[in-house]
Order: sequence, then structure tokens, then C-alpha cells
Amino acid sequence: MSDLDELYREVLLNHYRSPRNAGHVDGATHAADGANPLCGDEVHLELALDADGRIADIAFSGHGCSISQASSSLMTEHVKGRDAGAAFASVADFQRMMVEGNPPPDADFGDLEALAGVAKFPVRVKCASLAWKTLEQALRDGRLAHAAVTTDERSQ
Amino acid sequence: MSIREWDQDAIRRDFPVLRREVNGRPLVYLDNAATSQKPVQVIAELTRYYRDYNANIHRGVHTLSQEATAAYEAVRDRVVAFIGARAPEEIVFTRNTTEAINLVAHAYGRAFLQPGDEVVITELEHHSNIVPWQLLRDERGVVLRYVPMLADGTLDMAEARRIIGPRTKLLAVTQMSNALGTIVPVAELAALAHQHGTVVLVDGAQSVPHLPTDVAALGADFLVFSAHKMLGPTGVGVLWARGELLEAMPPFLGGGDMILTVTMEHSTWNAVPHKFEAGTPNIADVIAFGAALDYLAALGMDAVCRHERELLGVALERLATVPGITLYGSADLDARGGVVSFGLEGIHPHDIGQVLDGAGVAIRAGHHCAQPVMQHYGIAATARVSFYLYNTLAEVDALVAAVHEAARFFGRVRV
Repeated sequence: MSDLDELYREVLLNHYRSPRNAGHVDGATHAADGANPLCGDEVHLELALDADGRIADIAFSGHGCSISQASSSLMTEHVKGRDAGAAFASVADFQRMMVEGNPPPDADFGDLEALAGVAKFPVRVKCASLAWKTLEQALRDGRLAHAAVTTDERSQ
Repeated sequence: MSIREWDQDAIRRDFPVLRREVNGRPLVYLDNAATSQKPVQVIAELTRYYRDYNANIHRGVHTLSQEATAAYEAVRDRVVAFIGARAPEEIVFTRNTTEAINLVAHAYGRAFLQPGDEVVITELEHHSNIVPWQLLRDERGVVLRYVPMLADGTLDMAEARRIIGPRTKLLAVTQMSNALGTIVPVAELAALAHQHGTVVLVDGAQSVPHLPTDVAALGADFLVFSAHKMLGPTGVGVLWARGELLEAMPPFLGGGDMILTVTMEHSTWNAVPHKFEAGTPNIADVIAFGAALDYLAALGMDAVCRHERELLGVALERLATVPGITLYGSADLDARGGVVSFGLEGIHPHDIGQVLDGAGVAIRAGHHCAQPVMQHYGIAATARVSFYLYNTLAEVDALVAAVHEAARFFGRVRV
């Protein structure tokens, strides 16, 4: 498989074309905005946590490249139904995969493993990470208010 | 006027990096609006300084210092010749175009602009010709106004005539848009501005590397540009200003080399241009920039411009056949330099850039530090191709093939 095919796995292109959980959440309890100024990617994340602290519903909107959009879509699928603690653990696992190029053994990533190839493209790691950093921000600081996340400060 | 025949193969041999492969394919470097590649002549000049006469300038009685001073100051003379200036005292070396604009915003803007005075810029500007003026506005209460662009990426000259008036104290305008390649009729704007006594700064970062430049014909009061976009090293910018403006302006940065005398209470300033070159300057890179100027002068900027326009015409014609492509900018080739900004339906420019890189084709994807231009089109980013003198028609073929490949690659997805 060429590097390019490894980056743009079929499952990612599918999520890019047909994003899951795109849109908004009725009765959202948490939200956050993330941006990558380098390429202009923007993601807006809304979550509804139930009484047990589980992510009952999650949706994203915004615009960006195939990697950032596919990662947003896959992330929402992955964390839906998990509690905040498990979601934080997934964020950490995902960041580890972006460094190591392989999914952590216990991560139960499923289709998310398709993003492992992004690790070979350091510039694109920021695209893939945007949704996850925004999720972390939403869960940590995003109750009722919106918070901003930046994955890259550079601009030229 | 050129003194060297246009020999494409010989030109390419001068640029060692063009021999390398990227992702198993020959490098096709089409990101020249970001920075140009460097010929062996420039690299050799840089090495020669460090090998043979590395020394600080303007202060040594020893031989090496005198040689380095002479080589550094000789580049000022070459800049004078290259842009049709009058004297080396009008040339200030900075770090880059951005620093040169900031120098003017600080040293001229703070000293001579009053609250309520208007600074006029355009919607086409690079962030570096927007942000310094926003900072000045916030600090000094000047009013910042924009000449809008039209849908084809050219400037709305009717609006320019309406906006530029007696309250306009400074007009800061790009001569060529880095995002779209639009060539702005700067001489016409400058003439308009001068009717109202307006001082005119021309951002030549994209134009000076690609078009013949004559500051007198431009009618500018300040011209700024960067060495690294015109075959020179990074870390060198040029500010040209009418001598009397530099004389009247207070210093920008304080320190060594820019003073005449310093007591514990007070200092007096060195003569221009040294008043604006505080501290040890970028000696090596300025000297190497001299070789870049020689290289361009030998080819002749008319010939450089002609070559790029030929590539542009072919590229525009052939890219137009790619399914789903949007080409931004004017259809009038005379109104633009060798830049093609485009998008593909349903494909983010970042992904276009990635697929092209896989084919060895280096382009820029993003907002090009010109977000107002992107906002005008309601987009976040474009893919941008920018040519220079070493690019070839064969490379345009490689580009077009790679863009077709990108369209196919992302078109293959079954939803």
C-alpha cells in the first residue's frame, strides 16, 4: 500500500463523504469550538451528558479537510455511550496512536485504527487531533459555555 | 534587458534542489510565492563569506572587517540598480517584508499620523500588510479603511477613487496578491493618492521577484520586499524609501550601529540608512542576496516575467479541463502574475496538496495569510500554484496530471 493509500483509507473517505453524527444536539449540556489556523479547519462540538455522566448524544459541525472531518465523525461514533472518564482515556489513546503509528493494544478502536496511518504525516496529525482536543475541552471546560481550542499557532 | 540567453536547462542546473526526488518522483516545486529555491551562485556566495572573510562590519580596522563591510554595502548599490532607486542611503535592510512594514508603521506611523487620520489598505493584502496597521489603529486612533476587491480578484478602482481622499494620510497596497496573483495598478493608485498628499507604501513581496521594478515609475514613497522570494536567503528584507522620509523618521529599534554618540543621558543617531539597522545585521545573507540580484539582472526581469506568463497561460487553460475545478482570479493574463489559486469540488485544498505531494508536486494549500480574500469568496482555503523562472512546461504537465489524479482519488469513494 502506498503512503497515500495508507493515509486516505477507504473507511476515512467514507466518513468524510458521509459523516456520522453531523449537526447539533438537542439539549446539549457541553460544547466547544476548535480551530486549526494553519489550514482553517474548524469544528464545533455539542454533547448531552445524562444523569450518569454518560455521553448520551454527540454531534459535530464545521468544515475541514478529509482527515479532520473523518476523525470528527469516527470520534463521535467511538465515544457515544461512554462516560467522560472513558472518553478522556480514548483521547489519550488516540494521541498515543498519533505518535506511535499503531493503535494502543487495549484501545478497542475498531474503524478508528484507520487513522493510524496519519502518524506518518506530522502536518496532518493536527488535522486528525482537532476533534479529540475539542472533545477534551468540551468535557473539561465546556459546560454551558463554549471554549476555544487551538492545535496550531503557525501561520504563513 | 538581459545579458544572458534564456537557456532553461542551464537555469535548472543552477538549482541543485531541483535534482531531488520527493516520494519517488522528480520534485516539481510550485510553491514559489512562499519562498523560491536558491541557485548555486547564492549558496556559494554565502559559503564564501563564512570561509574567507567572516567579520563584523562598520567597525573594524582589520582587513576582514573592511572586506565584509565593502561586500555588504555593495549589495545596497545592487538593490539601487535593481529597483531604479537614486542612492544607497534609501535602502534599509530588514529581516523580511513584514519587519519592513512594521518599521514604517512604527517609525513613520507613530511619528506622523494623528488620531482620525486615515490609513487605506485593500482587501487583497497579506496579513503582514493588515495587522501592523490594525495595531497602529488601536494604539493611535487612526482610521483603517479597505479598498474592496471585485469577484475576479481585481481591485475595485471606482471604490478606490471614492475612498482615497484628503483624510488619507497613508496608502499601503500590495503590487501583487500572494493569494490570487492579481497585479494591482499601483502607479494609478499612487498618482491618485499623491493628489491628496498621501504617502504610499507598496508591498512588493510578490511583485519585485517577478516583475521589472522601477520605483520612480511606481510612484511609491516606500517599497518593501523580501530576498528569500527572489532566489536569495531567508532573513533579509528590503525597505526602500524616499530619502527625505528616512531622514525625518525617528529610529525603529535602538542599539549598536544605529547611533553616532551615546552618553548615559542621551544618544544621537547615525546617518540613514544605518539609523534603521540597529545591531549586527544579517551580513552573510545580505551578501548572498547580492548574488541573487546579479542572477536575476543577468536574465532580465522582462524575460522572467514573460516565461512565467507563458507557464500561467498553459496552466490555466489545461487546469480548466479538470472536473469540478474552480479557478480563482482574473481571466486577463495581463492582470496577474504566475499564481493559480484553485479549488476542487468536494475536496479540501489540504487534501489536494497531500495528493500532489505524493506525486512530487509541491504547492501551497491554505488561506495564504490572506484571510480577507478567502472570506470574499466564502471559502476557508485554496490550493495555490506559483511559478518561477526554473519551472517548465513539462512541470505544468506533471501538475495537471497530479490534479486530475487528486480529482480521481477523491471521486472514487462510493457513498
